[in-house]
Amino acid sequence: MLNSIFLVDGLALAGAGIGAGVAALAAGLGIGRIGSSAVESIARQPSESGKIQTAMLIAAALIEGVALFGVVVCLLIALA
Amino acid sequence: MATKINKLLLLILLSVLSIAGFASSDAHTVQEEDLDQESVFNPGEMIMHHIADSHEWHFFSTASFHGTLPLPIIVYSKGKGLSVFSSSNLTHHGVYDGYKIHHEKIFAVDAAGNEDASIKVYDFSITKNVASLIISAILLVLVFTAVAKGYVKNKGKAPSGVQSFFEPIVAYVRDEIAVKMIGPKYERFMPYLLTIFFFIWFNNMLGLMPGGANLTGNIAVTLMLAITTFVITTINGNGYYWKHVLWTPGVPLPLRIIIMPIEIIGMITKPFSLMIRLFANITAGHIIILSFIGLIFLFKSIYIAPLSVGFGLFMTFLELFVALIQAFVFTLLTAMYFGSAVEEHAGTDHDHGH
Repeated sequence: MLNSIFLVDGLALAGAGIGAGVAALAAGLGIGRIGSSAVESIARQPSESGKIQTAMLIAAALIEGVALFGVVVCLLIALA
Repeated sequence: MATKINKLLLLILLSVLSIAGFASSDAHTVQEEDLDQESVFNPGEMIMHHIADSHEWHFFSTASFHGTLPLPIIVYSKGKGLSVFSSSNLTHHGVYDGYKIHHEKIFAVDAAGNEDASIKVYDFSITKNVASLIISAILLVLVFTAVAKGYVKNKGKAPSGVQSFFEPIVAYVRDEIAVKMIGPKYERFMPYLLTIFFFIWFNNMLGLMPGGANLTGNIAVTLMLAITTFVITTINGNGYYWKHVLWTPGVPLPLRIIIMPIEIIGMITKPFSLMIRLFANITAGHIIILSFIGLIFLFKSIYIAPLSVGFGLFMTFLELFVALIQAFVFTLLTAMYFGSAVEEHAGTDHDHGH
């Protein structure tokens, strides 16, 4: 993987790296928004915090799944 | 009841265990460098070796000793039939019974030792992941028969022992996941939901232990879990499920024709996303921890170690959390798909045209 000398190989690896970075960025943005709205809702209604926490975790896991789709694709580019 | 001595012992035990997790990776990379005398440390190769399946179970290596458990190789090819032998026969580019192994792929060789591409080799070996699967299956059976025996023994009394640990978890899966998502018919699906929840959780945790195998990070394993979910959803789909998929009520006719292929593809992509989500989460976690350890060898300096071990420790705790979350999310989404399959006609959003 580190021994490729052709420009195309190098560009593919660079693309994979940038893709994984963008996926991480998008996941961070999305889960940040979920986290912020969850914390705000808990501040409004502390008694419902259990349900809100559960909903937050589910939404975060779903978004993370999508981001990891991107990471898996980038891994496939980089390693194959 | 946790006395001061108990707390101290627990703290020491946890510290030692977290160090041991990294020690095994370090020792292994020392062996890699022994093989190629002066070659550059290849972090990608080290990481892939730890994540991928293997025909032998490698625990640790010192400068002169390799703590490896050779696992049986079971191959079938048309000319030679079934061959069963230990993988220790194939180490160091050895040839045995006309077979050779290269990068965990077994191929047939002719008399001169070159690869014979015409012979198709079917590999049914007990690899590291298969052995880990068998071990975790035995562990699950042991734990849950102990829990079930607890219910027989404590009939009418308060729960005790391992039963009291698993009862709230099982009740949580039943009340928060099954009943909420599936509704009144949840009992049929409870065995499967509990099985995948504890199977995924136990295997995620076992993969994080030193010397553990990365079972749920193997896409074939998660593929089978997803296929099982898909099969159960499709078999249990009642009339309303199929009507919603093929001929969605409540939308105008041209839209229905467009929605039909989308929904059919959706039937496939939902288990597909289950598969990718679990595989990618667990594999990515392992890759991150291995990368931090690999940094030490890349820089060839011991001073990276505090940083690596610190971040690695934090990531390992995060991975413990992710192990539980991924099991929970897989079970929850599976329950949601079951719920949509057995949902009765309770909505009032259908049009009156039919």
